[in-house]
Amino acid sequence: MTLTLGHFLSLGAMLFALSVIGIFLNRKNLIVLLMAIELMLLAVNTNFVAFSYYLGDMHGQIFVFFILTVAAAESAIGLAILVLLFRNMSSINVDELNTLKG
Amino acid sequence: MDVKTGLFYFFSIVLLFAAFRVITARNPVYAVLFLVLAFFQAAAIWILLKAEFLAIALVLVYVGAVMVLFLFVVMMLDINIDSARKGFWKHFPLAAFMGVLIALEMAAVLMGGFRVSEEPHAVAVLGQKSVELSNTRELGKLLYTQYLYPLEIAAAILLVAMIAAIALTLRERKDSKHISPYDQVRVKAKDRMTVVKMAATQVAAIGEPAPAHTEENKA
Repeated sequence: MTLTLGHFLSLGAMLFALSVIGIFLNRKNLIVLLMAIELMLLAVNTNFVAFSYYLGDMHGQIFVFFILTVAAAESAIGLAILVLLFRNMSSINVDELNTLKG
Repeated sequence: MDVKTGLFYFFSIVLLFAAFRVITARNPVYAVLFLVLAFFQAAAIWILLKAEFLAIALVLVYVGAVMVLFLFVVMMLDINIDSARKGFWKHFPLAAFMGVLIALEMAAVLMGGFRVSEEPHAVAVLGQKSVELSNTRELGKLLYTQYLYPLEIAAAILLVAMIAAIALTLRERKDSKHISPYDQVRVKAKDRMTVVKMAATQVAAIGEPAPAHTEENKA
């Protein structure tokens, strides 16, 4: 039994589903939401790498490279906003972030 | 079942377990540590897929930088775990429904099968087929020729992210005595020294024992 593309795609799908469940479960904790987003990006990247390997195309790996770049920038800014939020509101509960309600 | 398949299953199981613990861990510090474990397993799986450079980059950049940043932030914030966990399982039916839906959809797609031959192709770079190069060299060749412009945009994105993160979290201390460089540059000569007009000599007040005072100083 050899590994096929389906194995890796199934792994990516399961990881993605788990992180979606995580987003729904951790609705109060903003930092775990950010972590679930990181997991989602990991699942997508795994799919890209698997396709790149099985199709013999390096461009998939280039795309993973750029996704990693953007994800790093995203998490840096996200954490900065989180720190600022905690400094101002002393809480990272998503339910309390309603000051922009108007 | 060869060794590679066994390794794949082992890494996958640990990866899925770590991901499960990330989303259910009570303490956010443990969640971050399990996320580190998940990234390590993913890097191992990428090595199975012969993407060595990206696997190493994942470990170095993600585990080394981003996850440590997460860890710092988690430890810096004083999160009330109990209030964060309140109503944790309230949304579980919806979450489980969404998860099963995604899994079923992906299964439906995967069962149909991709029109991809089972054996992996030899990677073709820049039109040269069947040239055995290392993964890093292939990636670099593409990155610095065909993808040079996106690479520069990525660099600009990182710069913007750095500036934004610093600008967001920079806080001026109110109690520190510091000189504003802005005021320092804008200063004029007349602000520095003021010439006060006054008489050259002043008449001493009558009846004051000023001479005695000077005598004492001399003695």
